[in-house]
Amino acid sequence: MKPVAFEYCRPDSIEEALELLVEFGGDASVMAGGMSLGAMLNMRLVRPRAVIDINRIAALAETRREGAVFETGATLRQADALASAAVAAAVPLLRLALPHVGHYQTRSRGTLGGSAAHADPSAEIPLCLVALGGEIELRSRRRSRRVAAREFFHGVLTTSRAPDELVTKLAWPAHKPGRRYAFEEIAQRLGDYAIAAAACAVELDSAGKIAFLALGFGGIEDRPFAVDAKAFIGAKAAAATFQALVADAASKTTPLEDLQASAAYRRQLMRVLGQRVLQRAFDESARKH
Amino acid sequence: MLRRKPGEKHRIELTVNGRRMAGHAEPRMLLVDFLRHELRLYGTHVGCEHGVCGACTVIIDGRATRSCVRYAVQCDGAEIRTVEGLAAGEDLNALQQAFSRHAALQCGFCTAGILMSVTQFLAETPRPTEAQVRDMLSGHICRCTGYEGMVRAILEVAHSSAEA
Repeated sequence: MKPVAFEYCRPDSIEEALELLVEFGGDASVMAGGMSLGAMLNMRLVRPRAVIDINRIAALAETRREGAVFETGATLRQADALASAAVAAAVPLLRLALPHVGHYQTRSRGTLGGSAAHADPSAEIPLCLVALGGEIELRSRRRSRRVAAREFFHGVLTTSRAPDELVTKLAWPAHKPGRRYAFEEIAQRLGDYAIAAAACAVELDSAGKIAFLALGFGGIEDRPFAVDAKAFIGAKAAAATFQALVADAASKTTPLEDLQASAAYRRQLMRVLGQRVLQRAFDESARKH
Repeated sequence: MLRRKPGEKHRIELTVNGRRMAGHAEPRMLLVDFLRHELRLYGTHVGCEHGVCGACTVIIDGRATRSCVRYAVQCDGAEIRTVEGLAAGEDLNALQQAFSRHAALQCGFCTAGILMSVTQFLAETPRPTEAQVRDMLSGHICRCTGYEGMVRAILEVAHSSAEA
């Protein structure tokens, strides 16, 4: 279990990295934390001609607030995001999800952008980005663009990133006063891949009705997805409403089946976790009122 | 920008357990293999080689992390701590003694990685709760002990150093 021989390239700037992506024409792997890519290299599931190590590009590790958006650089470490007061204040949902991402010994190196670019269907960071309606910034020699997270993830380890593009940032809709969040997942062991995960952001109006509701699921289908909850805006924030909402969403999914869980079990987890996160987030909202 | 062709050896200088060391590695050489076969530090073990089991965990620039999904060529200039740096000669440090006392190891294959995780974890979290200790240990697979002795040993070390 050693990788095939590859060329090692360590660019010092984003521009150099983009040049390399052109030079290798899709036959290069970009390494951020390497928590997934390293495993795939060692198992020879990928055999790239070159590995482009972006860890020494200082500009990729920055975070910054841009109006209503909080931007996290692609190589921001999961452990640093977890410890960051700025992240906790701007993206509370991410703060709730990060303890579920891998382990202490992998969060120390694993990155936010790497997780998004890798696109594991059960990954928590992509789920949060999809649930909140965030964006992924991609740069290439040709252009710079932002893709909605809900369109970025195409399927298992597949995204809309072109071979010459680099994930440079994740853009998170920043917290608004009054919003409450919850995250839940079921995995066989602490830190394992989620069999199912649910994430939500909610807001109540002064009459106790649902003013805002964003709900997403991971681990269920081949990519994280958000539920269309428009029909429930203005409804009473009550258990029966949540039950109807998640039952409706679950009936429209085609869950994955694997050794860990059948489709029926994943659908059941979706109903249970969905209801649980909504109940918790709305309970917190109600306490605040 | 640094570029090394497939198979091309790169000279790597780094600090391991406070000592300046150097060796050569081609791009695909795992850090753990570099530590063992170039630097002859055999204390760090190679387990699953895909970042899951935790046996190869070392401290790199103040972070407990896997050395099997890190490549040696990435670590030029790094400061690394391995299990060889814990004891002073034959004298085990407090954590090693506590592991021994609480039967926190049996075959010992996973132990080097766990000791390094715990070393960094306690530096960051000097007074952990049991839940925090168990969460940290979830990044390691031990098939002998059932972890209970480790939890006791770690909490004991944390408490005694907090009192000191």
